[in-house]
Amino acid sequence: MGDPINLISQWFNDLLLGWGLGEKLVAVLSLFVGAAILVTASLLTVVVLIWVERKIAGRLQDRIGPNRAGPFGLLQPIADIIKIFTKEITTPDGADKVAFNIAPVLAMASVLLIWAVIPMAATVVGSDINVGVLYIVAVGSLGIVAILMAGWSSNNKFALLGAFRAVAQMVSYEVPMVLTLLIPVLLARSMGINDIVQAQSTWFIVIAPLAGLIFLITSMAEVGRAPFDLIEAESEIVAGFHVEYSGMAFGMFYVSEFLHVWTIGALIATLFLGGWRGPGAETWPILGLFYFYIKTFVGYFLITWIRLSLPRVRIDQLLSFNWKFLTPLTLVILVVTAIVDKALSMAGAARWLYVLVMLAANVLVGWGTMLVLKTVEPNRPGRVRQEFPPRPVAVAPEAADN
Amino acid sequence: MSGLEIIFLVVAAVTLSAAFMVVTTPNLVHGALWLVLTLFGVAATFVLLNAAFLAVVQVVVYIGAIAILMIFAIMLTRKVMQDSGPQTNANWIVAALLGLVLFVGIAQLLRKSSAVGMMMPAMDGAADPVVQLGEVLVSPNAYVLPFEVASVLLLAAMIGAIVVAWKK
Repeated sequence: MGDPINLISQWFNDLLLGWGLGEKLVAVLSLFVGAAILVTASLLTVVVLIWVERKIAGRLQDRIGPNRAGPFGLLQPIADIIKIFTKEITTPDGADKVAFNIAPVLAMASVLLIWAVIPMAATVVGSDINVGVLYIVAVGSLGIVAILMAGWSSNNKFALLGAFRAVAQMVSYEVPMVLTLLIPVLLARSMGINDIVQAQSTWFIVIAPLAGLIFLITSMAEVGRAPFDLIEAESEIVAGFHVEYSGMAFGMFYVSEFLHVWTIGALIATLFLGGWRGPGAETWPILGLFYFYIKTFVGYFLITWIRLSLPRVRIDQLLSFNWKFLTPLTLVILVVTAIVDKALSMAGAARWLYVLVMLAANVLVGWGTMLVLKTVEPNRPGRVRQEFPPRPVAVAPEAADN
Repeated sequence: MSGLEIIFLVVAAVTLSAAFMVVTTPNLVHGALWLVLTLFGVAATFVLLNAAFLAVVQVVVYIGAIAILMIFAIMLTRKVMQDSGPQTNANWIVAALLGLVLFVGIAQLLRKSSAVGMMMPAMDGAADPVVQLGEVLVSPNAYVLPFEVASVLLLAAMIGAIVVAWKK
């Protein structure tokens, strides 16, 4: 009773076997059906997410948000979907037709593929492979290829500039992201996502809060949302890599971005907030699904909140933040975590002591970082370095030029 | 023919034809995109061999880093949208000969190798292959020296890149 999803899948298998199909064929068929349901459910989540995001945005900006179609504007996304489906998909003259049309599909696929390895409940996981974390990184790089293809094949300067920005940003932020992903792997002693969830009797956000924070920041940069939305900065390059797309082709980029944010929420929930774990989730897997969605929403809300609160950063700030701050910090925290973890495991420390010492190590590293930043960084707020002395306006031009 | 064999033949056909397209397509960016497909086919072959770790690393390193940097560099060249100019220069005969010699040499070596025609050894079901791989890489009785040499090589390359980019 507590596990309706596997119950249904078992019933479906028995039904097909009862029709006289071979056992292997049934296994393959049920895998395909499962994948189709997973993908459809993920895409349908986006319909709700668009409404949620617009409502949150409205409230945070002191507006009401969508409120016309249906109760609380709930039917607004449906109306938008009908509208976008009726629009023509245009391919510009001089565009590279094949690459232009494959790119949105690839962008969508790169996000949907991540859901294959995320465990949604104790017994509900698409594919529990032993290299799950690395798989997430690999699939993410397909998304970069999609953006490059879109930007290049559009034959548009703005699209190409957007693609350049996107790749520079994503390739840079991948470095600290992959390094932080190593920390849950290290703590769980496994790269399988379900093993990482199983290992979180104490959530990893308590044991490794800095890693969680860095993962949040870097994955926001990977999605390209504000404050890291230079890749589609409206005021500079119109819409970036998808400027030439219309109709559902644009819609696929749009939906894949929303779904990517939701997926980041799911990853934060799985890797740092204990995934499906919660009271009674082992015996009643359906509860695990509930906990998983709550935690995912927490991550999603956090990203949306940050997006709506912060202004866009400049490209030089973006890159120096990554290479001069996040990457060294991640390296330090990785080494510290590895050493402290090994020392405590060898000493056979009790669980509460282990958690406390790990937390203290993280706090110390974070505090040390702040101290170092205060002494080294010349451009800290409140003490802006003056590159040029202020020029008085009301003097003769030749006197002001020197 | 088993299902696995059919999948292998399809993957091999896609990989080889994509590799052929890499060298024959006149457009450089197209070539790079075909290269992505080729590397993906190699990753799929690793999956068929039950080497999930190698498959994923293949995608991360070759598609996620190398292919993307190549496309990036190509896109920074001028007139990337135009397929003009001849694809070969005066040296194509020498290059083709060298390629043929290399191919025959590798084929001969592989033919003499004892691994050809062997059945795939069964996996040790109990141990996690990723754990085994990790242990072998840092174990002094196995591959710690080559592993460390490769690491030092990469470190040297990284320092070299920093020195090249250093502001004088």
